Amino acid sequence: MKALVIDDSRVMRRIVSNILVDVGFETIEAENGQVALDQLEANDDVALCCIDWNMPVMTGFEFVVAARKRPEWRNVTLMMVTTEGEQDQIVRALAAGAHEYVIKPFTPEVIVDKLQFLGLVDVKESV
Amino acid sequence: MTLTAETFDFVATLVRQRSAIQLERGKEYLVESRLAPLARSAGALDVDAYVRGVRADVTKHDVVVEALTTNETSWFRDLNPFTVLRSHVVPDLVGNGRSTMRIWSAACSTGQEAYSIAMILADNFPTVRSNIVATDLADQVLAKGRSGRYTQLEINRGLPAPMLVKHFERQGPSFEISSALRSQVVFRKHNLLDTPPAGGPFDIVFLRNVLIYFDVVTKRDVLRRVRGALAPGGYLFLGAAETTIGVDESWERVPLGPSSVYRPREGNVT
Repeated sequence: MKALVIDDSRVMRRIVSNILVDVGFETIEAENGQVALDQLEANDDVALCCIDWNMPVMTGFEFVVAARKRPEWRNVTLMMVTTEGEQDQIVRALAAGAHEYVIKPFTPEVIVDKLQFLGLVDVKESV
Repeated sequence: MTLTAETFDFVATLVRQRSAIQLERGKEYLVESRLAPLARSAGALDVDAYVRGVRADVTKHDVVVEALTTNETSWFRDLNPFTVLRSHVVPDLVGNGRSTMRIWSAACSTGQEAYSIAMILADNFPTVRSNIVATDLADQVLAKGRSGRYTQLEINRGLPAPMLVKHFERQGPSFEISSALRSQVVFRKHNLLDTPPAGGPFDIVFLRNVLIYFDVVTKRDVLRRVRGALAPGGYLFLGAAETTIGVDESWERVPLGPSSVYRPREGNVT
């Protein structure tokens, strides 16, 4: 499965990508919402986007709004991964069509937990 | 630095007496890592020195036991038990005429399991009343559960965002669960080797990832007590690595969807 990691920080893109690769994803990256839209146009097999909020050119929120206008992308799971942790922002993102929301900082388990209940990763019960 | 055998044996015996949790040799790292913060804050040179002080001071024993018995926990831990709770267990109990669910979340730690159960019921069975009793040995975790306040890091662990916005409110740096859900959960201090807590008989018992710490005799004893606290037709959830098989044959393992539950065998005499 392919995932698109959208963040203006190269370090953060690598951190998120590594977690996703560990659970079996192939990843591609984008440094803002506009590049991410271009990536989605070019890759019709993206199953998941991990999206930062604050980025130059086009924010993650604007990306979610734009992506949700395209019916052919309705099966793409959109997960915000951002330091923005105010409740009304979480509500706005979900209302705009994001499925999940991870607040930075996070541990790898946080991402994996979310992917499990989104049905993108098999559930393995912990011991 | 490694712990002396004397320190380890003292701590293992204390924890065993107070909580029935078995700390085998080889768990020295656990004792060391859990007690190091206590040693530091007490100004002790190291864990050995701290424990030497604790031996002479009975009032410190509780703190040591708490430090070693507190478990990491997350929302909807392992997911499958909660899926089965929603898809099979509660519908079955409702079908058998239950309008109030009595639920025991045993070894509840900071309350995520109990509140996860409360959210499943509130979101899927709005007409069912629920009384959830959450128990643990450690005062510290019970107080936190009661407060219903969780840090951002704790909120990140396994809580679906739609449930976060529906059931929590941000309070400064933390998130607080709604008073409606908080009122459904009662937190009580309880040792699994004592008489089961008030609030039963229970329709559903969650006893997850606890038995693994006990020897077989203690496991059997705990399971016997739980069986006595279970209402007729009730359900027991264990951790994925736990089973009654080979421990207490008065339980039947029932595979349900992606998970399994345990029910007392018919006609069994307690």
